[in-house]
Amino acid sequence: MSLESIGWPNFSLGWQGIVVLVIFGVSLLIATYCTYAERVIAAFLQDRVGPDRAGPWGLAQPLADAVKLFTKEEFFPAGANKALFVFGPCLAMVTALMSSAVIPFGNSLKFGDTVVHLRGIDSNIGMLYVFGIVSLGVYGIMIGGWASNNKFSLLGAIRAASQNISYELAMGLALIAVLMMSGSLSLSTITLQQSSATGWHWGDIFAWNVFKQPLGFIIFLVCAFAETNRTPFDLPECETELVGGYHTEYSSMKMGLYLFSEYVNVFVATAIMSVLYFGGFNYPFQYEFLDFLQTKAGLSVDWAHNLFVLMGVVAMFAKIFTGIFFFMWVRWTLPRFRYDQLMRLGWTILIPLAIFNILLTGVLITTGIIPDLTIAVR
Amino acid sequence: MQSLSNRAKKLEKKPMTFAERAYLPAIFQGLSITMQHFFRAATKKQITIRYPEETRPFSPVFRGLHVLKRDEQGRERCTACGLCAVACPAEAITMVAGERKKGEQNLYREEKYAVSYEINMLRCIFCGLCEEACPKAAIYLQADKMAPPRYERDEFIYGKDRLVEPTSPDNRSARGIQLTPEQAEKLRTQLA
Ligand code: SF4
Ligand code: SF4
Repeated sequence: MSLESIGWPNFSLGWQGIVVLVIFGVSLLIATYCTYAERVIAAFLQDRVGPDRAGPWGLAQPLADAVKLFTKEEFFPAGANKALFVFGPCLAMVTALMSSAVIPFGNSLKFGDTVVHLRGIDSNIGMLYVFGIVSLGVYGIMIGGWASNNKFSLLGAIRAASQNISYELAMGLALIAVLMMSGSLSLSTITLQQSSATGWHWGDIFAWNVFKQPLGFIIFLVCAFAETNRTPFDLPECETELVGGYHTEYSSMKMGLYLFSEYVNVFVATAIMSVLYFGGFNYPFQYEFLDFLQTKAGLSVDWAHNLFVLMGVVAMFAKIFTGIFFFMWVRWTLPRFRYDQLMRLGWTILIPLAIFNILLTGVLITTGIIPDLTIAVR
Repeated sequence: MQSLSNRAKKLEKKPMTFAERAYLPAIFQGLSITMQHFFRAATKKQITIRYPEETRPFSPVFRGLHVLKRDEQGRERCTACGLCAVACPAEAITMVAGERKKGEQNLYREEKYAVSYEINMLRCIFCGLCEEACPKAAIYLQADKMAPPRYERDEFIYGKDRLVEPTSPDNRSARGIQLTPEQAEKLRTQLA
C-alpha cells in the first residue's frame, strides 16, 4: 500500500478491460435496483409496504418493469424530430455511464506480477473529466425536450439547462477548495490523501475531507441534488406543473432510459461525493486491519493486501449506498423549490458561500491549520 | 368572525428569521420526522391491507357478491319473474326464462325457472335493490364476500354456475365459486 501503486506498473489491458465492463455492469445493476429501493424507501417513509408481489420481497420488480417498458408502444409525437427524439435518451444514458469510468472503487489487487486496478481508467485529470461528462448530460435532456415538439417538454428542458449551468458554478467552486488542499485532479490521489498519511489520526476517519471542508461539502451536496435533477430540485420534470417535464412525450424504453440515467447519475454523484469527501475506499482502522492480516492471520503478503483492498471496496460501496439512501430520504421528505427560489439559492447564496469557502481554505492552508497535502504527495 | 372550534390560530406574517432562511434546520427537522416513520414502518406492522390475501373486516350489513338461494329441499327458488332486472338501476341483470319439465320438480321450486341468469359485476353498483324486489327470496347479497379481482372483463359476468348456491358447501371454492364435480372432488382430496 503505497502511492507507487497509483502508477502503471504491469498494466495489463485484458484485466483493465474486464474491470471496465464490470464497472458498467455494476452501475447498471445498481441503477436497476435503485428503482426498487426508491419505492420501498418511499413506502416505508410513508408507513406503507412497497412492492412485494414480484418475487420474494418484490425483488423481481425491476425485471417486471423492464419487461413492461420493452413491450410498451413506441410512440413518436406528430411533428417531432425523429432522429433527435431517439438520440436524446441515448445521450443521457451514455453520458451517465461514462462518468463512472474514472471513479476508483478500490485500490489495486495483486496476483503475483499482475496488478489489477479497481477502476476503469486512472486519469490525472479525473475530476475535470467527470465535470466535462456531467455537463454533457444536460444535452440529453435538452435534445429530448426540444425534439418532442411539446411546450411542456421544452419548458422542462430549458429549466434543466439553466438549473445545471447555475449549479455547476457553485459545485465547481466548492470543488476548488478541495483541489487547493489536494493539489491534484486525480480521484485516486485524492482518495489516497485521505488515508491516515496526513497525520490526522483517530481511526483514520478525521483524515476525510468532510472534516476539513464541511462548508464545501454542504455546497457540493446541494449542487449534486440540483445536478441530478432530484427533489427538491426536480424542476425539469415537475409533474404538477409540466406534466412530465422533458420526458412528457416519451414512452416505452426511451422513457426507461431517461429514468434509468437519473439513477445512474445519482450513483455516480454519490460515488464522487464519497471519493471527494468521505475518503473513498478508506475505512476506519484500516492499517490496524492490514497489520493484523499480515502478522496475526498468517496470510501471504499478496493475500493480506488483497483482502485489505477488498474491504476497501466494501467500504466504498457502503458509502455509496448510504449516499443513495440519503438522496431518496430527502426526496420523500422535502417539497419542491419554486423556480425563483432555486435560482436565488444558486446565485445569491451558494456561489458567494463557495467563494468564501475558497478564501477560508486559503487562509487555513497558509496558516498551516489544514495540512498541505500537496507536499505529502510529492 | 367568531371561531367555532376554538382551535383557530392567529398567524402573523413576520419576516423570516435567519434560521428559517437558512433552510437547513427545517430540513433536518423534516428528515428526522420521516426517519421516525421509516423505523415505525420497518419494525411495526404497516397499515396496508394486502388485498386479496387480507381483507378488511366486513360490516354485518355489507352488500357483497350475489347468491341465488335454494330452498330447504335444495331446489332453486328463482322463478325468472324478472322483477330484479327491472329494479336494477344499473341494468346489470339479464335472464332467460324456461318452463320446468316433468321430473325436474326436485331441481326447481316453481313451474318457471331461469335457464340462464347473468349479473355483470362491472355494472353492478351493489345497491341491493334486486334483493328487495325479489318476491321469492331468491337473490341475496352476501355480507362476507366481494367480487374478486380478475384480469379479463368476461370473467366479471357471473352466470348461474357462480351465482347459484352450491348444493353442498364442499362444492364451493375458497372464492365462493361453484366448482365442477371433478374440481370439487380434487379439492376434497386435497383437504383430506
Ligand atoms: S345490487 Fe343493485 S345494481 Fe347490483 S344487480 Fe342488484 S339491483 Fe342491480
Ligand atoms: S331473482 Fe327473484 S326477482 Fe329476480 S327473477 Fe328470480 S325470482 Fe324474480
